[in-house]
Amino acid sequence: MREWADFDTIDAEGGRTLKISGPLTVSSVGPLDHRLREIDEPLDVIDIADITEIDTVGAWTVSRAAGHFDAELRGVSEKAERLISAVQDAKSEAAIAPPRPGPVERVPAAVGEAVDNFGSGIKGVVGFFGAVVSSSFTLIRHPRRFPFTAMVRQFEVVGVAALPIVGLMSFLIGIVIAQQGAVQLQQFGAEIYTINLTGRLSLRELGVLMTAIMVAGRSGSAFAAQIGTMRLTEEVDAMRTIGVSPMERLVMPRILAVVFLMPVLGFYSSVLAIIGGAFIANFALDIPFWTFLLRVREVVPITDLYISLIKAPVFGLIIGIAGCYQGMQVKGNAEDVGLRTTIAVVQGIFMVIVLDAFFAVFFSNLGWD
Amino acid sequence: MSSARARKLMKRAMNEAEYVPPMFTGEYPIVVKGLVNKFGSQTVHDNLDLNVRRGEIIGVVGGSGTGKSVLMRSIIGLQVPDEGSIEVLGRSITEAEEDADIDIRSRWGVLFQGGALFSTLTVAENVEVPLRQFFPELTPELRHEIARYKVRLSGLPEEATSKFPSELSGGMKKRAGLARALALDPELLFLDEPTAGLDPIGAAAFDTLTRELTDTLGLTVFLITHDLDTLYAICDRVAVLADKKVTAVGTIPELLETNHPWIQEYFNGPRGRAAQATDLREETQARGLADEHAQVDNPTMDKA
Repeated sequence: MREWADFDTIDAEGGRTLKISGPLTVSSVGPLDHRLREIDEPLDVIDIADITEIDTVGAWTVSRAAGHFDAELRGVSEKAERLISAVQDAKSEAAIAPPRPGPVERVPAAVGEAVDNFGSGIKGVVGFFGAVVSSSFTLIRHPRRFPFTAMVRQFEVVGVAALPIVGLMSFLIGIVIAQQGAVQLQQFGAEIYTINLTGRLSLRELGVLMTAIMVAGRSGSAFAAQIGTMRLTEEVDAMRTIGVSPMERLVMPRILAVVFLMPVLGFYSSVLAIIGGAFIANFALDIPFWTFLLRVREVVPITDLYISLIKAPVFGLIIGIAGCYQGMQVKGNAEDVGLRTTIAVVQGIFMVIVLDAFFAVFFSNLGWD
Repeated sequence: MSSARARKLMKRAMNEAEYVPPMFTGEYPIVVKGLVNKFGSQTVHDNLDLNVRRGEIIGVVGGSGTGKSVLMRSIIGLQVPDEGSIEVLGRSITEAEEDADIDIRSRWGVLFQGGALFSTLTVAENVEVPLRQFFPELTPELRHEIARYKVRLSGLPEEATSKFPSELSGGMKKRAGLARALALDPELLFLDEPTAGLDPIGAAAFDTLTRELTDTLGLTVFLITHDLDTLYAICDRVAVLADKKVTAVGTIPELLETNHPWIQEYFNGPRGRAAQATDLREETQARGLADEHAQVDNPTMDKA
């Protein structure tokens, strides 16, 4: 049990007296202070001769009460005297937190800021895209400056390291498409069309799309976080001062890596999705594995492959630019790195899906259906 | 809140309040015995002993990587040592199984190197965090008042009270960190390089503040520093970390008499000499002023 400070009000020499006893410290003063604030009779004297301990919180409590009741402090020890004068000198009326505007002001302000940020964001991304194009021309003119080692490293991180997870994901997606498709098609006695469904869907759409989402999550976020951290530690500034362009050394290898590897990973993903479909068809639909694969060759037009090979590098470019741009925008503190990384992934995936919808309509109108 | 309801809440808070040990009255608030700290194959401390006296400012010095911060982290229970015992305010830190067992946490304040302020809270709200955590029975009014005067007590201007850490300069962040460290009126104060990164004027002001607060509040201060001026200006004793243990503890004149090569180099290097000279000058000035009030100061002499 904790020992609390206590008080009594008595009539003594000098008028109505408040006698405080017990320790007067931060751990014991809470209830006493609460009761003192509720007293509404006048007091003439506050006597603290009986207290056992005092700290600045105790000193503050009695000196505040003395000021409030306009009472005289008595029995003040040398230590109490010192503490009271210290807290009195440090008295202030400042606000604890800046005033917060009401919702009527906050909501329009937030909307306005979002619109403004959207505008400057678009301008920034377009500008960044221009910088990427211009530094790729510089690299073509000065091939010796090409950061070959950095690019190989990014190929490994973005591509090779992603193979297991992309492969497993695609295989499972293939299983889901084939199995769910077969359930529906069986109602028409058309389960053989499961092969068309799986083959065309994975090659034309899902292979590349799922890969893009995976790459945005794996690599887009890594780009933003890596470059962002380098900005915080002033590595990017250091590069500039020694004449190394961060655009060429940091951004280009990463963007090239995603642009080149997205088609490869996308194709690999489609193949594994088809294998997944064939695998489940073998067991659930009595379509032999090899028959499934041979049939895919007949029912999937080559244009489906072209479509995915055209889409993939564009998606890669979007993911790379979103990641690197957000990384380069990091300012101030570590919190910003996290925020920018999130934005990079969300923007990357969102833009990929928007463009995918556009491509779907575009290629159908082109007659590639 | 109605006052009846407030009174009921207060009753409950009083019943639930945990025991707080009384003020420490022994001679040594910090006792470290046979401390061993290892990181992998690297031994940082090997059989280190240190006693800190009540009411003193002890400066801890040592080259980079000699484990000054590790020593502090061990004492406040953030780093579990491999061997040895540590007693703080009469309680064993090393035998405590869990963090909650260390019931003297409300009795010390720690100022980390970068201030370590909570970035989403204002300075005053930062000061209120320990108050809310340990003493929920304090009324919000009292808590706000405490936060306000602690901010001023740490040498910050009134306007800084409602500012966020990101709006403060490096020196102000340190002071705000000090305000939070002092929030609970601790008996023990740990300062990790308080003057690092401050300009000489700011550093000197921080030193003065530390000394004043120590004298006013009756603190015991464990101060890690690289700053020779700080050592000369405010430390009662200095502990030297070298060869994986505390090689020597004592006042600076005492340390100068030992012939440990690192200590000699530290205090008698060019920077050491400069700090020594400043200290001597200030002392003579102080003595001169105290001796004769009638004597008129010659300002040009002071600058020499």
